Amino acid sequence: MTEDFWIFPAQFLLSLLLAPFLTGIINRVKAIAAGRHGKPLLQCYYDIWRLCRKGEVISESASWPFLLGPSIVLGSGLLALAMLPLGGFASPLGFAGDFILAAYLLGLGRFALMLAALDTGSAFEGMGASREAAFGALAEPALFLAFLVLSSTCLDLGHYSTRQTGQAFSLGVMFHGQAALSWLHGKPELVIVPLALFILLLAENCRIPVDDPNTHLELTMIHEVMILDQSGPSLAMLIYAACLKLWFFAALVAALVVPPLPFWAGTGLWLFAVMVVGILVGIVESVMARLRMRRVPHLLGMACALAAFALILAQVS
Amino acid sequence: MFFANVIFLLLLNDLFLLAAPGVTWLIRLTAFQGVLLGSLLFDMDHALLGAAVLGIKGILLPVLLARTYKHIGRREKTRHLNHAIAVLMGVLGLVFSLWLENRMDLMPGLFPDLLFPAAITTLFCGLILVVGRATALSQVIGYLVAENGIFLLGAPLMAAGAIWFELALLLDIFVAVFVMGIAIGHIGEKFESMDTARFRSLRD
Amino acid sequence: MTFYLASVAILLLAALTMGVWAIAFTLTPPKRRQNRRSNLCGSTAAALACLIGFAGMAAGPWDFASLPETANLAWGLPFGGFALLLDPVSRIFLLPVFGLGFVCALSGSIALRHERASEHNIAAHWFFYLLLLLGMALVACAADAILFLLAWEIMSLSPFFLIDFNDRDSTVRDASWTYLVAAHLGAVFLLAFFVGLWQATGITSLNPAALAPGLADAGTGVVSLLFILAVAGFGAKAGIAPMHVWLPDAHPAAPSHISALLSGAMINLGLYGVIRTISLLAGPAGSIPGIIGAAPAWWGWLLLLIGLCTALVGILKALAQGNLKRMLAYSSVENMGLMFTALGCGLLGASCGDAWAAFLGFSGALLHMLNHAGFKGLLFLCAGEVLHSAGTLRMELLGGLQKRMPLTGCLFALGAFSIACLPPFSGFTGEFAIFVGLANGASAQGVEQQLGLLLSLGLLALVSGLACALYVKAYGMVFLGRPRTGFAANAHAPGLAAIWPLLIPAAACVAGGLLAPLFFRIVSGPALGAAPLAGELLDECLVAATAILPSFWHIALLGWLVAIAVTGLWLARKRLLAGRSVRICETWGCGYQASSARIQYSEGSFSEPLARLFNPVMGIVRHGEPVSGVFPKPSSLGLSAPDRVKDLLLTPLFEGIEWLCNACKIIQHGKINLYILYIIATVVCLLIWGLK
Repeated sequence: MTEDFWIFPAQFLLSLLLAPFLTGIINRVKAIAAGRHGKPLLQCYYDIWRLCRKGEVISESASWPFLLGPSIVLGSGLLALAMLPLGGFASPLGFAGDFILAAYLLGLGRFALMLAALDTGSAFEGMGASREAAFGALAEPALFLAFLVLSSTCLDLGHYSTRQTGQAFSLGVMFHGQAALSWLHGKPELVIVPLALFILLLAENCRIPVDDPNTHLELTMIHEVMILDQSGPSLAMLIYAACLKLWFFAALVAALVVPPLPFWAGTGLWLFAVMVVGILVGIVESVMARLRMRRVPHLLGMACALAAFALILAQVS
Repeated sequence: MFFANVIFLLLLNDLFLLAAPGVTWLIRLTAFQGVLLGSLLFDMDHALLGAAVLGIKGILLPVLLARTYKHIGRREKTRHLNHAIAVLMGVLGLVFSLWLENRMDLMPGLFPDLLFPAAITTLFCGLILVVGRATALSQVIGYLVAENGIFLLGAPLMAAGAIWFELALLLDIFVAVFVMGIAIGHIGEKFESMDTARFRSLRD
Repeated sequence: MTFYLASVAILLLAALTMGVWAIAFTLTPPKRRQNRRSNLCGSTAAALACLIGFAGMAAGPWDFASLPETANLAWGLPFGGFALLLDPVSRIFLLPVFGLGFVCALSGSIALRHERASEHNIAAHWFFYLLLLLGMALVACAADAILFLLAWEIMSLSPFFLIDFNDRDSTVRDASWTYLVAAHLGAVFLLAFFVGLWQATGITSLNPAALAPGLADAGTGVVSLLFILAVAGFGAKAGIAPMHVWLPDAHPAAPSHISALLSGAMINLGLYGVIRTISLLAGPAGSIPGIIGAAPAWWGWLLLLIGLCTALVGILKALAQGNLKRMLAYSSVENMGLMFTALGCGLLGASCGDAWAAFLGFSGALLHMLNHAGFKGLLFLCAGEVLHSAGTLRMELLGGLQKRMPLTGCLFALGAFSIACLPPFSGFTGEFAIFVGLANGASAQGVEQQLGLLLSLGLLALVSGLACALYVKAYGMVFLGRPRTGFAANAHAPGLAAIWPLLIPAAACVAGGLLAPLFFRIVSGPALGAAPLAGELLDECLVAATAILPSFWHIALLGWLVAIAVTGLWLARKRLLAGRSVRICETWGCGYQASSARIQYSEGSFSEPLARLFNPVMGIVRHGEPVSGVFPKPSSLGLSAPDRVKDLLLTPLFEGIEWLCNACKIIQHGKINLYILYIIATVVCLLIWGLK
């Protein structure tokens, strides 16, 4: 009992520790693909550490959303991650319907970030916020439909006394790992869910087909342009929050492909899967060009259509 | 198990057909659809027919289409329906076909799981392609996909003796498409455009 | 019941007094002091009545099994009866009426205290305000068709005069006429509904048990027709598409405390009407002998479809608006759509025997209604403060108000976070209940039900994403950045004395999220009472109600954790920055030197990426002169988003009717000899008809 109790906090801390490392992996993969040597794997840690020891420059038009925004973004990101089952172990914070809360916590972070961007009164940051608002709105249905496929599968499989307690609607049950087994056993539609979530990962974390995390041309950016005026510890918080969000989605995808295993094997395989997701992101970023802004809704619409399609098949089969 | 996966891939293929960006992808996806149909027939113990379908729908027709396309060598620029609406219509078609399956008094056991909705959805997707694409070649592919849907619908009704009949049918369509392909090739040479909207200029 | 009757009595007496006062004022123009006194008296009476009513409602039994309190008063009319019935469903709808009635009375009295007597008859304003409250209080409790219709008429008519407050403005007059026409179109359907009900049963009482035998005799066709009439009639009040056209016109025209009351309390009563109709026409199966049984599934489908369309149309039209109050009005339409969707989910769940979907659908609708009253009231009142301070509500002229009116800005932000359904605040809980109810559709019977419920959840997710975008735009454009024009630059901050009533709905927004289980427990009784449930299903619903409660505890817990985490991080940042340089500097303009406030993203540009996708619904029209030529002349660009339903459907319809009526004027030409010909023709026709 006590041993079990400490597993989740330990894994949570591990996630917090390793989250910036995932960014390092992506950057390294991109560098190798481009034939460069690349930044150190731990560059993100250095950046955060360096920024934490600096002062800040604050825009003169800024009010509370600009100052408080980074704290809200990071706080909501931390809690969203804390609700996720990590390595097959359900979070003690989980409950029936927690996937809705987790999705909305991410929404809270996005809302605060957009307000912080608008607070500076800069044309470019307004542009970023506007794009983020549009793409965020389109990503929402895809995320929910993907979750619904899993929850309806759990209801279907009847592994739990779900009718009485509504447990099928908790992330802990949805991502417990039976998805990985059931798509091998006559539930082929579940293969689509990681795919849809991967597209969402790219879109929500401002990765290449949607946004370019490295670009320095303000007109083409979404996420980077919104944090243009942030500096010092605030910027460190935002960078770290972005790492956590990336980890959140990577962990979702990873949890779907790892079957339920004993503790050490499960955690190890899960971490490995997360890193593989990072490598995949790096590969996608290396081989694809950024889509035109008008095309991005098509990509998100495709994710929605895929998830809806999987949901329909999951219901009838 | 195998059957369910093939049906799933068939449906996914339909969805991708609607979202396909160009004629090249359409041809590849139809080829894949032909392969899927063939393997479905193998699974239903129609080995000979399966081989024929694999050969004709999976290899021969796509090769012909690809040659025609290469011959004409123009990219599709306009379309009547954009991707999003076409895919949405496809998903709605799937929902509708499921609803239809519930409503219709089908002989129990006649259609294996999901075969009927898959067939109807394929038919719909073909028709949506015909409606939504602008070039004649894409429309031919649309007809082909619709025909695949009908073929799928007929697959369980087939007794073993009907194989020759079916083969004849296949051949029929094959010739039709072949002729069409040549015709389009000629249109392409003469008129320098495959945009069916331009056909309107031929009226009195 | 005592508290309720006391508050109704106060409202009636005060309304009569103010009526007398108002007539006196029209006869002899009042002095300034008299005007202020009538303002004080009217608002105090309203606030007092609301306070008493609220206390009675909040204290009363919330358990659905408790016996409803009834009262029969002397009526004096030969038909109908003054029958009142107070059960948990009535209570839950009276909470926003009295709660917002209190807040709006106080805020209104502060807003109107400087009005000149020569311009406005304040006593008349409070007379109609009290009448509106009285009408709403009676509608929610009437147990007799005649009384209900009478109260409904009072409730529908008095807003006309309240909206028409600034009647020198022609747009205000037009808006109030639009309201009046819409209200009476709805009333026509309702009249038909009640007459039909009376025809079928022969009684005017609204007691399901008494109506059941008559309805059972009348048959399914009649009952279905009655249901459609009721949905149309009540829906017009609730603002479902395409009958929402009065909201976007009326709200910008009305004074803000009236907008808040109408949007937060009155339109809910349309929802109330639909809920009551369901339990009148189709009570729980088998509970009452002779009744036609549980509500048919297509009722649920109808409400679900109406709700989804309304929500989508509402949110997209809201995104297209440039006027803050017009935007809020469309957002009310969207929220009503959400509630109707939830109701549809509940009905579908009840008809296919899914307890979770049934219970969570109904409780989600009620919880969202309660929350919506809080944050929409708050937002409208804040918009009123903006109008008062800056002098305009057009977003492209505002900006940077957070620095100029910090308290109002913070309150508006609170409302925006709540209405965007973000976790630590109240809006999330209602949406959570609706979403879990819809997600449970996965285990409903029948593939159509499953797919219908699950795919509508996908659509609602889109709506909520769009709501986020909408409120970022609303708050960001009005309060953040730099002031775009002098309107915003010269805005003055209202003191705490002027806006303290706004703290009440703000507190409700925070409490709704951080004390979520408390609020959920309040609505679960009325939800069980409102849903047509019986027997096994009811037992399962009770199980579901206890099973879902821990989720709300968790939501509250996580809400607290979010608050703690954000505070902790904020303090950590402060700690890190202690002793380091924090410079205040110009916004980084990406190297562009000649920056001005006009360069900021405007409201039109903010919603442009979404407009590119959804413009067929949003209907944004560009007008102005484009830049052209080598030496361009002065050019301009303007955006507007007129309501297409009004312009393309309703206006031509009414013009057609007007044309038809004018065409009928041919027979009214003033020639006596021809009139006598009419009489002869009529007599001959009658004779022929009589002799046949």
